[in-house]
Amino acid sequence: MKIQTSRKDKGMAGIVSYGAYIPIHRLSKNAITAFWGNSAKAGEKAVAGADEDTITLAVEASIDCLSERERQSIGGLYFASTTPPFQEKQCASIVAAAVDLGEQIHTCDFANSLRAGTSALNAGFDAIKSGTAQELLVVAADCRLPAPNCEQELLFGDGAAAILLGNSDVAVEVEASLTRSSAFIDSWRTEKDTYPRSWEDRFVLDEGYLKILPMAVSALLEQCGLEIKDFDKVVFCAPDARSHSRMARLIGAAKTQVLAPPFDELGHTGTALGLMMLVNALEEAKTGERILFANYSDGADIYVFRVTGQIERIKQRRGIKKHLASKNMLPGYGKYLLYRDLLEWASDLRPPRRTALTTLWREHAAILSLHGHKCKVCAGIQYPKRKVCQYCRAKDNFEDIRLSDKKGKLFTFSMDHRALEIDLPKVLAVVDIDGGGRFYTSLTDRDISKVEIDMPVEFTFRRIHEGSGIHNYFWKVRPIRC
Amino acid sequence: MPESIKDKVAIIGMGCTRFGERWDTSLEDLIVEASDEALADAGIVAQDLEAVWFGTATSANTGQPVAGALGLPYIPVTRVENACATGAECIRGALLGIASKAYDLVMAIGVEKLKDEGYGGLSAWPTGVWHPVYGASVEVGGAPGRYALAATRYFHRYGISPEKGKRMLAEISVKSHHNGARNPKAHLRMEVTLEQVINAPIIAWPLGLFDCCGVTDGGAAAIMCRAEDAKKYKPSGDYVLVKGFGLSIGPGWGKEDTRYDYTHWEETEQAARMAYEMAGIKDPRKELDMVELHDSFSIAEAIGIESLGLCPKGCVADDIDAGTFTQEGALPIGLSGGLKSFGHPIGASGAREVYEIYNEILGRAQEPSRQLPNVRLGLAHNQGGHPGMFMSGITIIGAP
Repeated sequence: MKIQTSRKDKGMAGIVSYGAYIPIHRLSKNAITAFWGNSAKAGEKAVAGADEDTITLAVEASIDCLSERERQSIGGLYFASTTPPFQEKQCASIVAAAVDLGEQIHTCDFANSLRAGTSALNAGFDAIKSGTAQELLVVAADCRLPAPNCEQELLFGDGAAAILLGNSDVAVEVEASLTRSSAFIDSWRTEKDTYPRSWEDRFVLDEGYLKILPMAVSALLEQCGLEIKDFDKVVFCAPDARSHSRMARLIGAAKTQVLAPPFDELGHTGTALGLMMLVNALEEAKTGERILFANYSDGADIYVFRVTGQIERIKQRRGIKKHLASKNMLPGYGKYLLYRDLLEWASDLRPPRRTALTTLWREHAAILSLHGHKCKVCAGIQYPKRKVCQYCRAKDNFEDIRLSDKKGKLFTFSMDHRALEIDLPKVLAVVDIDGGGRFYTSLTDRDISKVEIDMPVEFTFRRIHEGSGIHNYFWKVRPIRC
Repeated sequence: MPESIKDKVAIIGMGCTRFGERWDTSLEDLIVEASDEALADAGIVAQDLEAVWFGTATSANTGQPVAGALGLPYIPVTRVENACATGAECIRGALLGIASKAYDLVMAIGVEKLKDEGYGGLSAWPTGVWHPVYGASVEVGGAPGRYALAATRYFHRYGISPEKGKRMLAEISVKSHHNGARNPKAHLRMEVTLEQVINAPIIAWPLGLFDCCGVTDGGAAAIMCRAEDAKKYKPSGDYVLVKGFGLSIGPGWGKEDTRYDYTHWEETEQAARMAYEMAGIKDPRKELDMVELHDSFSIAEAIGIESLGLCPKGCVADDIDAGTFTQEGALPIGLSGGLKSFGHPIGASGAREVYEIYNEILGRAQEPSRQLPNVRLGLAHNQGGHPGMFMSGITIIGAP
């Protein structure tokens, strides 16, 4: 192992905003152990819904991160995941389209490593420092599929985090950083594997995680002339809770400094875990605090962060805490099998569908970016696009208007128990959008006993079907999440 | 100023197949079964026809199956479709053919063979539309869910609790089954109770199984000539005249238009306005003797009654409670059993509705207890699409 980069960061590049997303569904570990007839376990994990994947999770985290911010100043979006829905076809470009960042940006997928989230972060900082971008969004998401009836199944959860980097309004400065690369193999998945595999624990931990990460931390602290006690908070990921405690002891961090990993509320979210823990730490951070942030796998990324007064500006994010508090406990393991599509279903329940990619391309601004059209004559808002205004019949005289960031109210609904959908009943929703326009879609992440007319809803980007062998996405609505 | 076609076209023969799950019957068999009855009624043979309008939504693409099944002598056969309003559309083609004097003797025939699909419900429309979101009902749901949107809103708008609302709709279905049970050609010939309907499995809340029409094979045909020629075929005067017709195709914006209330059928109102104007009807509730309404769902009938101007908006429950629309009531609706009980082979229903009124006017109800006294004027309402995007056709026929 050799030092690849080591730097004393000055410059203006830093973290400008953060956001996260955790699916509303949780599976208790007891539901898993009970299904397999194993002894009970405390805790729960987040499970992506039937209409979610890492692209939709990334869109959610990105929107949380950007909230009210102007999106046109963003020069790039880096998407990191070990479970991208497409093996060939960039995911970042779909995320960027859904977030409506325009096409004058740099998009890139970072994959294959549980450290890909901070690899993207490093590349993002470099892009800001070099002046390639004024602002750049880094988003990490994972929905790793654990093998059934094993330790991983109790541990793996789904989630995403987004970090907006920039050179002004910086809320978190980078005082120093260091990166290491290592060919050490602890866990892996080849193109033939369905589930991640790993070598025996003792080797993986003692020779890998518990050796490589502490060495990298020490190296950076030495370079900076800092000691662990100089940090208000120490944030690092780990393969499991016990290893996390061992690591804290190894680097000499006190319990009060260490941010506990969310394995019993959220699960291990793979590539997203490091950035999600960072977001969690920033939610609590106060002006002037110094944070040590360490990410591991295939080497390590270590950062010394300093929190500025700008942190107060971004406290309203849903982030980790609010998303964790907003949850729906799945009634049992069967729903998990259904949502994660883990069985072969009767063919007539999943009829083949088709999508014309030509149509998708012609209408991508409407379908992916949820652009509605506002009549320049009568200001009536309509979706989908018309040839003539549905309100005043003015011909082809519209301007695009982004609808995805608006909220609305349920005008009417129905619940189709026979729809050819994974999650029944399919709740059809007619929504009157705040500020104008009506939208015809379905309601997801809902408790069917609480659906009612005038219920406030918000838009959410979801996977709707696999027509023509591609993942097709569209905007649904959900009850205002939190 | 267009010329009215009122009283210009006569229907001199009609036929209708037995409706049902006709496992041993092909599309061609259904065409022959409906046509044979109509041709015999009119006292002609298929080779006398000069043109045919063939309505089918999913069973064929061209006019050829009719030409082949009947052995027609190389005459025009036009296949038409307007979703569930296809039956009205084939009637319209035929009556315009006669009214224009392009032909002397034509046939309208609507047929649908649905039960060759191996699927219990109505399968996705094979439109060839591959829209990523709106193609093949992907993100917008099937017909029950779409109509149910109107039921939910109707209950809300008029302050009807879900329990009361389900009961109101159940009364409609009980009436439909009561009527259909006594109709020899109907598909679902059994009486049902209010409790059965209310407690049936939910298809699309708030609509349950008995709020939804049957999926049925069947066909119906009408032979038309000019009014002045009718006596030539029917010396005893057993024919009817077309009094009014209306067809309205909405732009389909309603479902995404903030002005649409989801509690009225705009296209039905527009088609009714055309048909009433042509027929000279001022007060349809008083002047009509019977109505066959497109009750593909119970809520379709409830709102359809209001949109046809047969009762004030929001008040249909009062008339249902009063029994206004039963066989014994002031204005029988769905005496045949309706789409609910008689069945709904998509392209056939509009023509089948006219068949029911035709027989009642001529005093030929197949089961004597079903015969209404003195029917002079009846309305057939046929409707495709879903709330906010309808195509509605209305045919009014009357005694000469």
